[in-house]
Amino acid sequence: MGPIQRTAPSTLRKELFNSPADGLLTVLLITGLAAAGYRLIDWAWHQAQWAVIQANSTLFAVGRYPIEQQWRLWLLVALLAAATGLSWGVLRGLPLRDRPIQGLWPRNDRLAAGLLVLLAAWAPAALGLTLAIQARWWALTGLLLLGRWLAGRYAPRLGQAASLGVPLLWPLLYLTGMVLIGGGLGLVTVGANEWGGLLLTLIQASFAILLSAPLGVLLALGRRSSLPLLRWGSIIYIEFIRGAPLITLLFLGQNILGFLLPGGLAPDRIWRAAWILTFFSAAYLAEAVRAGLAAVPRGQLEAARSLGLNLPQALSRVVLPQALRIALPTTVGQFISLLQDTTLLSLIGLLDLLGTARSVMANPLYLGKNAEVYLTLAVLFWCCCAALGLGSRALERRLNPPSLGR
Amino acid sequence: MAGRLSASPPWWQNRRLLPWLVQGSVGLGILVVIAFLLGNLVRNLSAAGLLLSWRWLGQPASFDIAESLLPFDASEPYWRGLLAGLVNTLRVVGLGLVGATLLGTLVGSASFSSNGLLKRLARIYVEVIRNIPLLLQLVFWYFVVFLALPNGAAAIQLPGIVLAKSGLFLPGFEAGLHWTGPSLVDGVWQAPLRFTPEFGALLTGLVVYTGAFIAEVVRGGIASVPKGQWEAATSLGFGPLLSLRRIILPQALRVIVPGLNTQYISLAKNSSLAVACGYTDLYSVAETSLNQTGRAIEVIVILLAAYLAIDLVISLVMNGLNRLVQIQER
Repeated sequence: MGPIQRTAPSTLRKELFNSPADGLLTVLLITGLAAAGYRLIDWAWHQAQWAVIQANSTLFAVGRYPIEQQWRLWLLVALLAAATGLSWGVLRGLPLRDRPIQGLWPRNDRLAAGLLVLLAAWAPAALGLTLAIQARWWALTGLLLLGRWLAGRYAPRLGQAASLGVPLLWPLLYLTGMVLIGGGLGLVTVGANEWGGLLLTLIQASFAILLSAPLGVLLALGRRSSLPLLRWGSIIYIEFIRGAPLITLLFLGQNILGFLLPGGLAPDRIWRAAWILTFFSAAYLAEAVRAGLAAVPRGQLEAARSLGLNLPQALSRVVLPQALRIALPTTVGQFISLLQDTTLLSLIGLLDLLGTARSVMANPLYLGKNAEVYLTLAVLFWCCCAALGLGSRALERRLNPPSLGR
Repeated sequence: MAGRLSASPPWWQNRRLLPWLVQGSVGLGILVVIAFLLGNLVRNLSAAGLLLSWRWLGQPASFDIAESLLPFDASEPYWRGLLAGLVNTLRVVGLGLVGATLLGTLVGSASFSSNGLLKRLARIYVEVIRNIPLLLQLVFWYFVVFLALPNGAAAIQLPGIVLAKSGLFLPGFEAGLHWTGPSLVDGVWQAPLRFTPEFGALLTGLVVYTGAFIAEVVRGGIASVPKGQWEAATSLGFGPLLSLRRIILPQALRVIVPGLNTQYISLAKNSSLAVACGYTDLYSVAETSLNQTGRAIEVIVILLAAYLAIDLVISLVMNGLNRLVQIQER
């Protein structure tokens, strides 16, 4: 890699003006790009009215979450920032197969940290938030970078313990987060119908991701089981779910779940959607894990069994760790598309990020501000999904089996 | 010690009994859950007076479909409406498959261009599109692009083609064999072939979205062909386009076709998001029917069966194609 070295004049000429046809194409493309870029910037600076985003930023973020309880969300975001920083640092400290660790702050990390600082300096101010709220965002960024620094500095000394602690940290944080958001344990209850915007989107996605992962592994094992009942049960479930569009399943959840359960037992609309997303995602995850299982040589299971491990032990200690490592890229790809699929909740009348956006634009004050709102959402989703993808690729490169390692 | 080894193991370690015990308990569990759910379903449905019946399909639908290949009006029965919705779905899926394949192949091949800028643009397109939810893209195409087009004389006019807020107008044969282009009559565009903005937005959204995924499939397929094949073709005097068409693609297709199958099915399923940009497809008709009749079970069964059938047809065709492109060995 290293784009700086690559843009030396001779390489540039080879890449862009290799032949007359290439040169013409390059000129055409550059002209087109410049024209499009100019029009976009002109629109964003002169015509677009970003007031719709500024005035509704809280609505987009948390929906109608009660103001006097919002300190709980701030606390949660602070915890998340710290955990993200720590995980980042620990991940950075793990050795790579093809490269030694490059100091405390490698070039990419300096770049990412710089971007974060710029974002923290620009975004809250651009949103027109008060100085006190702006300061909170600065503090959160500082917390994240502090976590990154601490973990990068001290995690290598802790060794194994640190890299085992991170996977434990996130489920714990999830439980804490659900208590902070929903209440209980002495906190005032905030019902699910008061969650909205980005908060609801993230709750739905993380709930489905967390629960569909074990369900998917079980289904994948079931599909490869030698017991016909388990196998056919799993196959029917997986193929049924994968054959139906998600919107029809959500529709089924909203309209039929109430009939299937005795009166009063059916969860409310938000949790119905969350469960449907979970069951939907589990079928796709099962296929990802099945591919991973298929890639583990049969001899691994046989060897484990002949060493005296029973089936659950052999699966959980020998086969699954290898299979899940192979399935990691597909699995994260599935999580990314699950995060995107949460937008479908707006079609069944829930106020997720897209649903909130549509309700904001129904306000006569902001009628016709489609471009501003949808572009903002697109950028937001793009950043979330791209970050997940980047994290997955970084993790993938550090989880290579030791036999291929140093 | 020796005596214990020769004794038969206790029943919970009996290798022949155990699988049946596990299956029996799982089967029993599934049966109990199904019986519980079905019991509730029957009880709740009969309480609501909605026990399974298909008679409502013959009753007049009393809703209109704005844009339909099958002639349909509100006095016709529900089943005609659902059929019209299905035909609308098939129309957008059919055109979408063609468009997405063309776009995906173009972009996928572009990532092997000798032009560095084009290569990077193909990469950026894929990365941008795949990380933004399809539904968001659909509403963007509909509300921000198609509904913002100018109307009347200000519309975008190319020779024979007009793109206006009221839709896309294409030339065609009219009244026998007269080749007619779009014309402006009293400030309203008219042409033999017209696509509504709803249809246009849905089709564009599906093509652009699925095209990005197909581009990745095509790129992976081409990358799977060893580099030596390119070099051999070049040294035989083949130009880049000819070697792509004659040498590389036939080999890459073996990897590409199974991947295409997945993308085609997901395009067919994604077409159910049509409701977001106001196009009346099968799902949207079904939703309206449910709201009017309350027949949840029947509507869901029809929906699931229809999409399953579309998936199956696509899979069958693609499996046939797959057999065709596999290596034919003697």
